Amino acid sequence: MTVMKKKLNKTTKSNLITYAMVVIVYIIVQLLVSGGAVSSLMKGLLVPLCVYSILAVSLNLTVGILGELSLGHAGFMCIGAFTSATFSKLTNGVIQPAGFRFLLAILVGAVFAGIFGLLIGIPVLRLKGDYLAIVTLAFGEIIKNIVNVIYLGRDSHGIHFSIKDAASLGMDAEGEMIIKGPQGITGTPTDSTFTIGIVLILVTLFIVLNLVHSRSGRAIMAIRDNRIAAESVGINITKYKLMAFSISAALAGVAGVLYAHNLSTLTALPKNFGYNMSIMILVFVVLGGIGNIRGSIIAAVLLTMLPELLRGLNDFRMLIYSVVLIATMIITNNEKIMNTIRRFLPKKQAQPVKEETK
Amino acid sequence: MQFISYLINGISLGSVYAIIALGYTMVYGIAKMLNFAHGDIIMVGSYVVYIAVSSLGLNPILSVVISAILCLVLGVVIEKVAYKPLRHASKLAVLITAIGVSYFLQNMALLIFGANTKSFTSVVPAVSLKLGSLTITAETIVTIVACVIIMICLTLFINKTKAGHAMQAVSEDQDAAQLMGINVNATISLTFAIGSALAAVAGVLLCSAYPSLTPYTGAMPGIKAFVAAVFGGIGSIPGALIGGILLGVIEILSKAYISSQLSDAIVFGVLIVVLVVKPTGILGKVIQEKV
Repeated sequence: MTVMKKKLNKTTKSNLITYAMVVIVYIIVQLLVSGGAVSSLMKGLLVPLCVYSILAVSLNLTVGILGELSLGHAGFMCIGAFTSATFSKLTNGVIQPAGFRFLLAILVGAVFAGIFGLLIGIPVLRLKGDYLAIVTLAFGEIIKNIVNVIYLGRDSHGIHFSIKDAASLGMDAEGEMIIKGPQGITGTPTDSTFTIGIVLILVTLFIVLNLVHSRSGRAIMAIRDNRIAAESVGINITKYKLMAFSISAALAGVAGVLYAHNLSTLTALPKNFGYNMSIMILVFVVLGGIGNIRGSIIAAVLLTMLPELLRGLNDFRMLIYSVVLIATMIITNNEKIMNTIRRFLPKKQAQPVKEETK
Repeated sequence: MQFISYLINGISLGSVYAIIALGYTMVYGIAKMLNFAHGDIIMVGSYVVYIAVSSLGLNPILSVVISAILCLVLGVVIEKVAYKPLRHASKLAVLITAIGVSYFLQNMALLIFGANTKSFTSVVPAVSLKLGSLTITAETIVTIVACVIIMICLTLFINKTKAGHAMQAVSEDQDAAQLMGINVNATISLTFAIGSALAAVAGVLLCSAYPSLTPYTGAMPGIKAFVAAVFGGIGSIPGALIGGILLGVIEILSKAYISSQLSDAIVFGVLIVVLVVKPTGILGKVIQEKV
């Protein structure tokens, strides 16, 4: 065993710690739940915690690894949520067993979000910095707006689609509405469980961590650090940028699937799929450490749990987030403060940070 | 006739966007940063006028002036506290900070004023001009006139005064400007001051036309005004005017003729098309003269 452990290099070790962390949290939570120590309020938070963790990890792929600020992440989540919920409603009872149908729904959500990520990425990734951020925000809002005007129904003649109103679908009396414009989708099967959420987090981590430490991941990070230098050594900029962006979108889609199947009603509101959500995910990523995958999960979990634990602070939640966001940026960009902090950190941790900045 | 009425409404809304876009475009030209919090300064300005008029019973004109001064101070303070320490930081860091400031203002307003919608009393007397079947409200006229006056004053300020020349120099090359003895920090503060005061005026005009005030009132117009600034060519003052008015007209016409739910999507669609086809905007060539 000890020989085996020594053979593992640093990144593998770090990855294993991340996986182990998730698994241990899962075991502890399961023990607490079976012991009856978890309130129903907390139980209701378990699946959203998984959703936020996946979102934070996937956004970190765009912001931390690719180095582009995306403010439309909730849009991809929205696509994943609505496509998979539609799929689940259409195939509910047709595809058995339910677990298999949910697996397909996850794939549907991921594939659609990934395709949209690719389609949106082609124009968007030509832009840089602020422009890219504002265009991703625009796309996110467009997706939310369009979802709100879609009407989809099914009757004996097949599937009807309209963007005007329910009446213009021209359905039979016994037809069933699937998407009702601003009212969204109701009666989605609630398949999401904490266990599935944890498995999806592990899958997300597996995909992202393996990507980061692969040849492609190194190419993506090379583009982030110096685009021109990366291009001059023969890295295909467009290909790797699109790869990172669409994988990030697909994973956000997975989070959307989990979100959609958690509650039986799904509506696209500014609160859940608007840019407020995108910014909240960004807060998780920034506070967890840009480019630090494990940090994203920790930040997502802590920041979702804390306001629930300290009920009285709920009104101040967003205010505190914003202050922390500003303070983090100012402190981490101030050499003097950072040097002071580094002095207190053990040398082992401080060293790689220095190497990276060079 | 109806079309002309929509067109005038569009120009009026566009004028508001243009005034907001000026703040974006000036700050972007000089500090090279997207001031995400600009839209929320609109909201702060509107709340100040709301309180001054309905709680303190002040004269509307006086309250607009008070609001402009308060926002001017707010803009300078934000710049000093949040943006100045990040002058040489990465763009990502600055943008995230700006988002943080935007959130801070929104949630401060939420705590102070509550989430309830306040109905804003228009600062403009409720008279209207009738031309046959066409009715133009006083708000529309005041908005358009205010926009034109602001544009003329700002252009004169930038081209004729010493401070204006300093702004042009800083936007051209910050280091060279500093070597020529221009106080770069003061110039950037001045830009934030002007932009924020204009935002207050824009807020009053916006809320006079659309009289519902919430802590989130400023966010969407702010983003749309940024779209307008990009549309017209960021950094250019005439560009902000053209972009703003075009965007206002597009928004009102698509609300009237296509779908009111999709109008935001159409506005953002315009932004995407502009950025993909001509990333420098309509007046993009003038970008060397950006302010």
